[in-house]
Amino acid sequence: MKNMVTEKHGETKDVEVDYARLRIPFGPVHPALKEPVSLRVTVRKEEIVDVDIVLGHVHRGIEGLAENRNLVQTLYLVERVCGICSHSHTTCYVQALEEIGEIKPPERALYLRTLIFELERIHSHLFLLGVLAYEIGFDTLFMFTWHVRESILDLFEKITGNRVHHSMNTLGGVRWDVDQSMVEEIMSTMKNLHKYVQQIHDSFQDKSVEKRLCDVGFLAKDEAIRLCVVGPTARGSGVDMDVRRDHPYAAYNDLREDFSVVVKEKGDVYARTEVRILELFESINIIQKILAKLPGGNIRVEDNIIKLMRRIPQGEAISLVEAPRGELLYFVKTNVKGGLSRLKIRTPTIPNVLGLKPMLVGCEIADIPVIIASVDPCMACANRITVVDAVTGEEETMDTSVLRRKR
Amino acid sequence: MGIVARSRVKSPWIFHLNTGSCAGCDIEIVAALTPRYDAERLGCVLVGSPRHADVLLVTGPVTRQMLPRFIRVYEQVPEPKVVVAVGTCASSGSPFLGGQMVEGPVDKIVPVDVYVVGCPPRPEAIVKGIVTAVKKRFG
Repeated sequence: MKNMVTEKHGETKDVEVDYARLRIPFGPVHPALKEPVSLRVTVRKEEIVDVDIVLGHVHRGIEGLAENRNLVQTLYLVERVCGICSHSHTTCYVQALEEIGEIKPPERALYLRTLIFELERIHSHLFLLGVLAYEIGFDTLFMFTWHVRESILDLFEKITGNRVHHSMNTLGGVRWDVDQSMVEEIMSTMKNLHKYVQQIHDSFQDKSVEKRLCDVGFLAKDEAIRLCVVGPTARGSGVDMDVRRDHPYAAYNDLREDFSVVVKEKGDVYARTEVRILELFESINIIQKILAKLPGGNIRVEDNIIKLMRRIPQGEAISLVEAPRGELLYFVKTNVKGGLSRLKIRTPTIPNVLGLKPMLVGCEIADIPVIIASVDPCMACANRITVVDAVTGEEETMDTSVLRRKR
Repeated sequence: MGIVARSRVKSPWIFHLNTGSCAGCDIEIVAALTPRYDAERLGCVLVGSPRHADVLLVTGPVTRQMLPRFIRVYEQVPEPKVVVAVGTCASSGSPFLGGQMVEGPVDKIVPVDVYVVGCPPRPEAIVKGIVTAVKKRFG
């Protein structure tokens, strides 16, 4: 350490320079990250001292695009905000429109929406558990979790016709029905899944896994509340919140007695992982209850979606759902021309990414990937609203790209 | 065929770059490498650095922030290389075409060898795309 005199904006100042401190850029293109995010990590030897999180690499301007499209076109646009929780986004959007237009979807449609919702939660949590196992170098568990996940994707494909973007929701209901043979198939898949999830649960009890996951990435309860962290990240820090219980939507009001909210007090990576594994059991339970209670009747109020769209007046609404990563909020404001004058999306990853800073400070460099994975960040969600700075030297890059096109 | 050229066909090394996709194509690429579809049986290896790669898998409609990074990654992949555009966003830009922050699709910026369309394409289609690309340039 050494005292130095430096000049900044014409002022002379005494500054302490610590030569053992290093700034390491991490990302946006990095082998440990599936999606681009940039971290500027300051370290002293192996210990992390400070973190700067830079978002915006996946900013596509969806909110701006939505204002130029009609209500039905926007339904398919918001589905593509995120590939992992696409059903959460459409449900949230459709709920807001149904509130403005005073459309009441049939009971069966609400149950089917909830069914896909819980299947999506299982697929998303299995996805994350696999990635987490991969980040600690446990490839066997990664391959196993992803193999188990394929059975859920098969169900999606059989019910809706697509593995990732389901397009299940429509105005005033859902697009696809589930028949008796499908119900039986889902039931048997859930039975197998319960067995596999138990195996995954046991694998995460392994000593070497615990050594990597316990006591890293702490987020205290008061810090979690201060940063407004949501979803499994908050529940892993002892904050008891869940939109499904606190503000029930779709069929969750009827299913209130059938599930409990998993809360763990410790606040480290292991607690967040445990919350997700136990939520898998809850989701399996909810799906079995939905299939047992599934009411009959229509699956949508009106087949002609354009007719329904024209019925939606000028107005505004806020809608909330519990996406696999936490609370998802949509603010929708429609205009007289059957379009949107404002669409605001607040995804769960935005508050959760802010929680990364207290988690990372004090840990070691080798723990960065596993801590990032433990909040399950979905950059495709988060980067819709970040203000993007102009990249310096942009013009020069454009010129080389023009040359390359001529090749 | 020399040993290097033969190995390139027998075991293409893949680098995956997300240029602003919704993560749908990315999870299908990972699904193509996991037990059900298992592209590794064809010798495909997902590598962490573009400098080690033969095949560049690009997803997403190329956002403004990712454009300089994408070009840098493309230039780091050694010749001969193939570029596979995975997904409808990378192939044609839809549904984000016309967005203020979208600079793509990919073939506006770099030459593309194979387009794999679909939203997102199935893992089988991605594996076929890689095989077609390798046959076309190295085969």
